Amino acid sequence: MSELLQFLFSGVTIGAVYALVALGFTIIYNASDVVNFAQGEFVMLGGMITWFAHAAGLPLPLAALIAIAATACLGVAMNKLMIEPARGAPVVSLIIITIGASIFIEGAAQLVFDKQIHSFPAFSGDAPIRVGGATILPQSLWVTGGAIAVFVGLWLFFTRTLLGRAVLATSNNRLAAQLVGINTTFVMTLSFALSAAIGALAGVLATPITLTSYGVGIGFALKGFAGAMLGGMGNPKGALVGGFAIGMIEALTAGYLSSQYKDAAAFVVILAVLFFLPQGLFGRTSTDRV
Amino acid sequence: MLTVEGLRSRYGRIEVLHGIDLEVQSGEIVTVVGANGAGKTTLLRCLSGVQPVSSGTITFRGEALVPVPAYRRLARGLAQSPEGRQIFTNLTVEENLRLGAFLFADDRVEKDMDDAFRMFPVLKEKRNLAAGGLSGGQQQMLAMARALMGRPSCLLLDEPSMGLAPIIVAQIFEVVKGIRDLGVTTLLVEQNAFGALKIADRGYVMETGHITMSGGAEELIADPRIREAYLGI
Repeated sequence: MSELLQFLFSGVTIGAVYALVALGFTIIYNASDVVNFAQGEFVMLGGMITWFAHAAGLPLPLAALIAIAATACLGVAMNKLMIEPARGAPVVSLIIITIGASIFIEGAAQLVFDKQIHSFPAFSGDAPIRVGGATILPQSLWVTGGAIAVFVGLWLFFTRTLLGRAVLATSNNRLAAQLVGINTTFVMTLSFALSAAIGALAGVLATPITLTSYGVGIGFALKGFAGAMLGGMGNPKGALVGGFAIGMIEALTAGYLSSQYKDAAAFVVILAVLFFLPQGLFGRTSTDRV
Repeated sequence: MLTVEGLRSRYGRIEVLHGIDLEVQSGEIVTVVGANGAGKTTLLRCLSGVQPVSSGTITFRGEALVPVPAYRRLARGLAQSPEGRQIFTNLTVEENLRLGAFLFADDRVEKDMDDAFRMFPVLKEKRNLAAGGLSGGQQQMLAMARALMGRPSCLLLDEPSMGLAPIIVAQIFEVVKGIRDLGVTTLLVEQNAFGALKIADRGYVMETGHITMSGGAEELIADPRIREAYLGI
């Protein structure tokens, strides 16, 4: 029993990271129907920049803030330099561009930073908290809390604010969005900045547990993508639930089958979703009348 | 209020507007009629800024409009209800209307929405439903109501009767007539020449990228060439 609880705790922790990545996917997808496969690189940059700034002598909170701000700027640059010039291209082309961006950022990180594995101290110490025979690290609570806070923030943004609805309107009909006075270029810039900042936050929160290096991005992107697909692309609630579910499935696979299969779990989920539930758990079925 | 001079526009290398001259006075309903492919929609797309202009000028309330990006034109008072309605299908009726007033965050938004519901009671019934599930006529009403939420001084209406049943078309034209009473000037583009000319003050006839005739609406309806080519009488 305590064994199962322990697996669930580690599932929640890693699931929270995937949920944050999936939430990052949600914003750009909602604004443009593009799945941004560079989302994982934002997570990597969050961790790496924080480590380097911290190693250079800055206090950890300041280093984390710098990492999030710098990654947000990089997200904006990616939109301006790679996505905007290709506006009007089919969504598939744009998605392929984001894969290229991901490879580019990974390569650049190798050169700018280094090829070592890094970590920095957990925010509230490393003393495990005992719960019902299992233990949970304080940092896990930070990650989980971060994922839930971002979810609530995004949910309020999309359902309660006019700007949030403007983002949804832009993805639904860019022409009409312009005609009602929405600056669609700004909406895209904003969504890339937000997505990148959320990705970097995930990296900052997760690095004390998962460690970071230049190459961790693609793994996070694929697991987060699996979470977003499972929950239903574009729905913040789906991203949260899907992310946690992938984390759980992965932890239980590692615990009860073999940790060698844990990475396969996410891909089995992607395939199963594509076969049986293409809309995801919370995805909207489209009911357009022509 | 709106003056167009020598307007040319092209899709790639193919020019579709070959120098359009047109004028709309404040308080008028002016219609541009013509067959499918005459360039009517392209003209409206130039006016709302989503189609590049290759030469010529557009003056709106004394200001040159061509350099103004599309999303800033509503703030100048120019709204468009586009061809094919282009409503936000994944949002509710009410959210569509609220986005029509995207530029505003004052008390008048509520009041304008009540006015829109009074004008189109069916939209009030469906206010919390996804707009994509509305019928064609209801979508057209929503597109017009959304454009009016932006508090325009001039409304560009593109083919409001397209694809609708005759009884709905009559209703829509009644509404267009009523928009004048709100103090909004209207430029109406229509293939349904008879319906449009009946409610308009003046009309222009467009053929393959040129204005070929213009005049008072009654005069045009009476013109034998128009009767033969467009009215089928």
